[in-house]
Amino acid sequence: MSRTYSRTKYVLYNIAKYVIVIVVSVVPIIPIWLMYMWLVSQSFSRTLILGIVPSGFTLSNWRFLWSSITMGQKTYPNIWPIVFNTLFLSLGVSALVVFVSSLGGYALSRMEFKGRSQLMQFILALHAFPSVILLVALFILLNKLGLYGKGIMTLVGIILVKAALEIPMATWIIKGFFDSIPWDIEWAALVDGCTRFKTWRNIILPLILPGIGAVAVFSFLSGWSEFLLVFTFVKDESYYTLPVLIYHMIGEFKYINWGLLAALGLFYMIPVLIFFSLSQKILLRIYVGGIKR
Amino acid sequence: MVRVRLNNVSKYFGKVRAVEGVNINISDGEFVALLGPSGCGKTTTLLMIAGIYKPTKGRIYFDEADVTDIPPKDRNVGMVFQSYALYPHMTVYENIAFPLRIKKTPKNEIDRKVKEIAKLLRIENLLDRKPGQLSGGQQQRVALARALVKHPDVLLLDEPLSNLDALLRVYMRAELKRLQRELNITTIYVTHDQIEALSMAHRIVVMNEGKVQQIGTPDEIYNMPANTFVASFIGTPPMNLISCSLIEQDDEFILECPEIKVPLGRDLSTIIRGNATSSEVILGVRPEDIEIVAKEDEAHATAMVLVTEPLGKDVVVTTDIGGNTVKIVTSPLKSPAPGERIRIKFKLSKIHVFDRKTGKAII
Repeated sequence: MSRTYSRTKYVLYNIAKYVIVIVVSVVPIIPIWLMYMWLVSQSFSRTLILGIVPSGFTLSNWRFLWSSITMGQKTYPNIWPIVFNTLFLSLGVSALVVFVSSLGGYALSRMEFKGRSQLMQFILALHAFPSVILLVALFILLNKLGLYGKGIMTLVGIILVKAALEIPMATWIIKGFFDSIPWDIEWAALVDGCTRFKTWRNIILPLILPGIGAVAVFSFLSGWSEFLLVFTFVKDESYYTLPVLIYHMIGEFKYINWGLLAALGLFYMIPVLIFFSLSQKILLRIYVGGIKR
Repeated sequence: MVRVRLNNVSKYFGKVRAVEGVNINISDGEFVALLGPSGCGKTTTLLMIAGIYKPTKGRIYFDEADVTDIPPKDRNVGMVFQSYALYPHMTVYENIAFPLRIKKTPKNEIDRKVKEIAKLLRIENLLDRKPGQLSGGQQQRVALARALVKHPDVLLLDEPLSNLDALLRVYMRAELKRLQRELNITTIYVTHDQIEALSMAHRIVVMNEGKVQQIGTPDEIYNMPANTFVASFIGTPPMNLISCSLIEQDDEFILECPEIKVPLGRDLSTIIRGNATSSEVILGVRPEDIEIVAKEDEAHATAMVLVTEPLGKDVVVTTDIGGNTVKIVTSPLKSPAPGERIRIKFKLSKIHVFDRKTGKAII
């Protein structure tokens, strides 16, 4: 008797456990999933029933892929130059960040120089500055450098600014990867006939590829989603990036084409999804750190 | 092949004096072991010879050329690290080929040399693997192959056997010795294992606290230790060191220690008269140079047996003599029982006497 009793208790206990786990883990995700579902159904349908159930399949919301977009009285150019601008900005930021942080991280990890630890603290502090407070100063700076209102050069200016904001954290992450490589390997390369630079390029860099990958992905995504700097400094529509374009889809005359907006939003997400699915393993390893041997 | 000469070499890391005033002359084709406890500066010395550390003071010469300021890549040294330091992202073949690739050796020559050295080290079947797929012994061979493939003038080995299991270590000891003899490369071998040093090297440099304690052949190091450090570091079990005083009686010296009395005889007394600066000395005697005797008038002391450790061929007997722990190695046939009192005799021809203040050898 007591045995069946304890068994029921055990089963109940297990059920309760799963119920709690499901509630805690699934419920918070529901609103997020709902929003994504709304995006998908809105972008492919004429109208929505009860705000979520699609009815009437259409591709007209995706027309921005092949024609220009008219929004209120304004006509925006075809999407592809904008995509190109966004890619230019993100890849530029990514390349610059990888280049500087992989060299800087090596120096911080491997080289002895005066003020090294102070520099490292300072770098962390740098990361704390939000770019908003720098806007005015940046405006003056870019203007003086001739990187404001000069077409594509404006985007180059933004690349420099964005990379500068990303580099401190990236350098820290990369430094951690360098730290995990034993000195012996570096010394072996020196004895085998490498200069310090060749050692870095031939031996050390291949070993920290996961770190480089992670930093590249992070900085690419942060460039891809950069809004504030582009919104502030780019006045010529042909040099807009996707986030700014999406903003303007909402902003003009309070007239909002939800279908178009949803389709644009989905389109904007594609590279992010691709990047994350390709680099999931690499990103996970940042927090584990180091090389798997 | 070159001669290696260290001239008064020192290395300081901030306030830490890792190596202090080291002078070593290594002949062409010689196998020299740097032996000492961990932290004694032997690896630092090796890294200075490799060119990875720059000496704070002193010069290093390869033959007549001063290489002190020459970077490692231009010294033509081969080195095997304790961790092997294989490049994990390269195959075994690429690892071995790397030093040649950096030198821009033609491809077919690289291929020929890699295969040749792989054959010598019996790792031809591993060439396509990555270091992560190899056992410790295999990794060690690959590291050795990588060091040897460029025909270095000097081969530097930093505790290469310490990560191997005991059986493999014994095997690799002989293997390394064979290789060194075959290739006749000037070799400097860092180890904390006295057996490795004694069994492999032509000469041994014993180091402690950054300083050279003694340089000599294994025989000299074992039988004529220059000071108490060398005496206690070499040999298992280590040499017994007992504080004693010298007493002169009828032109001959007697060593008097707690419950031990050793008349030294005419010959030893003459040596002591020439070398000793004080009567405060340390008696050093190896466990195998102590005999258990039956007659009381032959004995130098009476010892109380504390523990016996049978090791198969020998028995190590730990005894107490007047508060000093003295170890004796004897044959299992003569093994006493714990608690027993035994009479012992030191082999006079094998005893050592050190100055208590300086630790330097008198006999």
